[in-house]
Amino acid sequence: MSLKNKEIMLITPDGRRLDGRRPDEIRDIKIKVGILENADGSAYVEQGDTKIYAAVYGPREVHPRHLALPNKAIIRCRYHMAPFSVEERKSPAPSRREIELSKVIREALAPAILVEQFPFTTIDVFIEVINADGSTRCASIIAASLALASAGIPMRDLVAACSVGKVKGVLVLDITDVEDKYGEVDLPFAMMPSRDEITLFQLDGVLSMEEVEKAISMATKACKEIYEKQKSALKARYLETRKTIEGITT
Amino acid sequence: MIPKVRRQQIVEMLSSGLRIDGRGLEDLRGIEIKCGTVANADGSAEVRMGKTLAIAGIKTSIGTPFPDTPDMGILIVNAEFLPIASPTFEPGPPDENAIELARVIDRGLRRSEMIDLKQLCIIPGKAVWEIWVDIHALNHDGNLMDASALASVAALLTTEIPKAVVNENNEVVIDKKKRQKLPIKGIPATVTIAKIGDKLLVDPCLDEEEVADAFITATFINSKLCAIQKRGERALTVEETLKCLRIAQRKAQELVKLVKEVTGHGKD
Repeated sequence: MSLKNKEIMLITPDGRRLDGRRPDEIRDIKIKVGILENADGSAYVEQGDTKIYAAVYGPREVHPRHLALPNKAIIRCRYHMAPFSVEERKSPAPSRREIELSKVIREALAPAILVEQFPFTTIDVFIEVINADGSTRCASIIAASLALASAGIPMRDLVAACSVGKVKGVLVLDITDVEDKYGEVDLPFAMMPSRDEITLFQLDGVLSMEEVEKAISMATKACKEIYEKQKSALKARYLETRKTIEGITT
Repeated sequence: MIPKVRRQQIVEMLSSGLRIDGRGLEDLRGIEIKCGTVANADGSAEVRMGKTLAIAGIKTSIGTPFPDTPDMGILIVNAEFLPIASPTFEPGPPDENAIELARVIDRGLRRSEMIDLKQLCIIPGKAVWEIWVDIHALNHDGNLMDASALASVAALLTTEIPKAVVNENNEVVIDKKKRQKLPIKGIPATVTIAKIGDKLLVDPCLDEEEVADAFITATFINSKLCAIQKRGERALTVEETLKCLRIAQRKAQELVKLVKEVTGHGKD
């Protein structure tokens, strides 16, 4: 719903957004890898008030069996929002939106995974949105790709993601819920930063070709920034593991 | 394993600039649009793209508006991939592909503001027109997305709804004898480009679709983009993505021209 509400000042005349950010500024991002003990890999991502858990199970046996492929692993992905994650309680049953997002997130992660190495298996990715404040699919991709990496699954690269919006004619990065609802555009974007390849690209709203080009270059820059944070979060996890091991052996 | 052999064949042919069905890379298949084939629908259109066949039917009803848009009509898009259309389609509720298709088409129709939903308000906060767009895939030979989008647009352009008036008791009365066209503001067009290896192909047929690396579906309104969806389990470079959008932009103009000719829109 692109209801234009004139009372909400999405961007001030001096170019500041509701939360004080500049158009090309992303929110503070907090990443923690390996927080769910049962999963083979997991990660938690906090981007403003958007809070996401992702867990990976696998490669493991496929049930039902007929879904298995002889030449590669299948990837299954479930993006799910907790009933309490949004303003009005959301039914826990998967909505059409969640079904579409599960598919596009899977297709955003798949290009990075070396599925050929695990025939007859499945790699299951579960994403739980605990609190939603815009750009949840991008935060989900950030978390899920770290969960995959921490599960030890061979990957071409991590996948970083960032949304671009448009408020009062200005392109802005990493939109919040309010900027999504009352803004003009939502353009979720994901890429493998070290390969410069796009794995998720959607647009909901009107943009000229030039604006799309600009949005891509803004999102690319943001993804590279997020990528560095993903890498250091992953390294921090391995340092922790090392410390634990050293603690046991000495 | 069969797709592997198929892919090899398709890629080899593509390297010499040929497509499996003899088309050039940027050629659409032959398109046939028939409007008004369903008498009981308020609007309908059958679209053939090569051997792909999709039908869109429009039904309208009066309902209550959403609380956040009390003065706007309602547009709902649903798609069914019927088992009649392909040996790989199974009966049951729409799967992720059908849901994605319906949602991408919905975004295109909504964001292009093809229909002036404000004009479909009868009593603000109480009664508005609901426009139901139901898409049925009848034969799947690739690119159901573009065929369905085109069918939806053609069906909406030829839809006629009865006149609704508010009487002195503030009740909505429908005058079935007086019918009018929907308030149309523009004509969107949706084009899908498939990437196979380093080649970009317009309007993929089923064989191409099955072996493709990725797809970009773009909807245009007056040469601006209003919806994009990247699909498929592989990546695209930035250059490829932008090239897809430019090709799609050119092809969208062809589709708008065609749909105008068929529906006679803009001539009255």
